[in-house]
Amino acid sequence: MDKLMSDLKSQIIAQLNLQDTKPEDIGDDQPLFVEGLGLDSIDALELIVLLQQHYKIKLSNAEEGPKVFKSVRTMAEYITAHQAQNA
Amino acid sequence: MSNSTYITSSCIISNHVVYKNGQPVFENKELGISDFLVSVYRYLNIQYPKFHKMDNLSKLGWLACQVLLQNNFDAAKYKPEETGIVLSNKNSSLDTDTRYLQTTNEIPSPALFVYTLPNIMIGEIAITHGFKGENAFFIFDEFDAAFVEQYVNNLLNCNILQCCICGWVELLNNEYKAALFLIEKNKSTNSIIFTKENLNKIYQVQNG
Repeated sequence: MDKLMSDLKSQIIAQLNLQDTKPEDIGDDQPLFVEGLGLDSIDALELIVLLQQHYKIKLSNAEEGPKVFKSVRTMAEYITAHQAQNA
Repeated sequence: MSNSTYITSSCIISNHVVYKNGQPVFENKELGISDFLVSVYRYLNIQYPKFHKMDNLSKLGWLACQVLLQNNFDAAKYKPEETGIVLSNKNSSLDTDTRYLQTTNEIPSPALFVYTLPNIMIGEIAITHGFKGENAFFIFDEFDAAFVEQYVNNLLNCNILQCCICGWVELLNNEYKAALFLIEKNKSTNSIIFTKENLNKIYQVQNG
């Protein structure tokens, strides 16, 4: 899980062009939106693209979004659960 | 009848040189366009993380506006709806349109898609500075100073605006030029009368 969260932080920075942010600046449980990393609605769409590109996961239910993209840890948990389901 | 209005500041970015009121203030000839724009951002020493998310056209216009207003604009003089933005260029958002089209071969990029209109650049400037006045984006074959003079003077003389940022922001591949002018109703130090001749004079001095 730690390796996955570390990868996710680098991928988020690259996907969202967060050039002034380093992976270590993003806390595992830090909120990604609003008061945390300050991401916006377009960033949310880019995170969906990130899941598709890097993990072949299509977020089919939009209502899952806020839960999945709450933090790096929730994203990692979602990816891990999805990979276990499809193993 | 038209009242006198004034060019109180200008910024040209062309050939990897940034000019403020006719004087070169930054130059970096070594870099490609994307890296050059980032180098101007670093030079200005501004913390605005959203800059990195913009497309190159918006970055160019946004940077030119930052230089234009720096030390030459008293925001407290105007209500948000009194400052407008009127920009123009030749190739609209074609630079980003092409990049976006390339992403559609796999997964289309939402972040690129939002920049497939040139007036998004106006939005980026307006959001940064809190401007809520009239805005418009026009497409011309070349910088049309006569049109800009007439259109902006009409907005100012009809009291639709008290202040206007106007000019030309063009970028396609590695070819680019930004020429922005701050137009106000009152004279200030080194201001000149807002006429098409003066617009062209400033535009052409650093023509590239």
